[in-house]
Amino acid sequence: VSVETIAGVSLELNDEGFLVDPHAWSEAIAVELARREGIATLSERHWQVIRFMRAQWEERGEGPNVRLLGKTSGVSVKELYQLFPKGPAKLAAKIAGIPKPRGCI
Amino acid sequence: MKRIVILGAGTGGTLVANRLRRACGDRDVSIQCVDHDDRHVYQPGLLFVPFGMARPEDIVRSRRAQLHEGIEFHVDDVERVDLVSNAVQLTSGRVLDYDILVVATGAVLSPEETEGLAESWSAGVHSYYTLESALALESALTLFDGGRLVVNLVEMPIKCPVSPLEFCFLADSYFHERKIRDGVSITYVTPLDAAFTKPISSQHLAGMLAERHVEMVTEFNTARVDGPGRKLVSYDDRVVNFDLAVVIPAHSGAPYVTRSKDLGDALGFIDVDPHTLQAKCAPNVFVIGDAAGVPTSKAGSVTHFEGDVVVRNVLAFLDGRELDGSFDGHSNCFIETGFSKAMLIDFNYEVEPETGHYPAAVGLSLLKETRLNHLGKLMFQWLYWHVLLAGREIPGISGAMPLAGKHAPRPKEEEVSS
Repeated sequence: VSVETIAGVSLELNDEGFLVDPHAWSEAIAVELARREGIATLSERHWQVIRFMRAQWEERGEGPNVRLLGKTSGVSVKELYQLFPKGPAKLAAKIAGIPKPRGCI
Repeated sequence: MKRIVILGAGTGGTLVANRLRRACGDRDVSIQCVDHDDRHVYQPGLLFVPFGMARPEDIVRSRRAQLHEGIEFHVDDVERVDLVSNAVQLTSGRVLDYDILVVATGAVLSPEETEGLAESWSAGVHSYYTLESALALESALTLFDGGRLVVNLVEMPIKCPVSPLEFCFLADSYFHERKIRDGVSITYVTPLDAAFTKPISSQHLAGMLAERHVEMVTEFNTARVDGPGRKLVSYDDRVVNFDLAVVIPAHSGAPYVTRSKDLGDALGFIDVDPHTLQAKCAPNVFVIGDAAGVPTSKAGSVTHFEGDVVVRNVLAFLDGRELDGSFDGHSNCFIETGFSKAMLIDFNYEVEPETGHYPAAVGLSLLKETRLNHLGKLMFQWLYWHVLLAGREIPGISGAMPLAGKHAPRPKEEEVSS
């Protein structure tokens, strides 16, 4: 765990760069976390996914995997990969400030 | 009379039915079990079929014959579950009313979720997660004299997540025995960022792949399978070419789950309390095995360990007692590593696979290849049919994960989420 200042707030991040406390998240933090991952600006489509991830986490305690995201977020799997390259579920979770999806066990 | 309906007569459904039947004794309880056919496949045996190490007759038995007296068995499909009226609608038109429902219908393969996959079977693309596909792959391997073998799991979760790694190890061993290993390249293509999901075991397994000259391609999310063009294409437009591909399709829950209002998620898995295994959608529904959306492996060992808690909680619910919340996500599996050796891993929700011994300081070696582990894996099939399904205890093997015998220092300072 390391402590870093993001968007003016002192935050704990785990080894993989995920927020330790999802409650500490804000939209300004998301913008900064996205920039660190190479996403210069967050479009309305990005926000749709990010808000969906937050809502899923609040409801179920964890974020969905890619296929579930594609079926339920209103953004297709193909577009998810364009918005959040490499691993959309993982990257969107990181920017949304929620834990890495545990579906991968 | 209280009516218990169990959907699925595989590992979980059978062991829960048999244990409940015994535990209910003279109580006025009926137990009905439903499955779509009467073929119970010992799924861990499927891995061995392509290599000629297991025959269909060794790994398939009658479902009905595994269920004890006093359990009614229906061969039928489930149309839907109605959580409001507490009834299961079967495809034949029959309706089963229940007081308690146990869902044990596992996971199904969904090749249609990946573009080109369903059309690519027999065009250089194979699988082994069903008996039919495993037999077809056996024939294809026999005819394979050299070239690029690619093993790809499309997406997690899959049943027995170590199985595709075992397939690579066994393929290495198999081609050595056929004396053509030099002419075969083996590539393991995974959507994960490592060989496996947890750091310590990932490192061990990556080392074992490297020792065997199995190449690894990570973070590969298969968008398209092109059988005729003999290639896999990822969402970020990377290409892996093959001569023979072994592809594990994405998994979903049984189709009736998504047809049933409020029962499961969009992939057909059912949300449960991870410690009591009670469904979140209804208090009189319990879920065991691969059908449950719990953050542990989809594996027979997990199902076996869940059995204790599910049986206890069905009885507690009948009696109006408090539920037992002791399921800890315990999972273990023998990993075949080729050349008649295997290793064992043991873990739960909190503790990742590590070195040491199981079930205690004296026992089978963890994360280490031994002949004894291989014999353990082979012997387990006998235990499965005769002890596990019958719902009897396996001496020394309990539901909760043992810490004695494990090497890592405890308590851990922090848990690394996977």
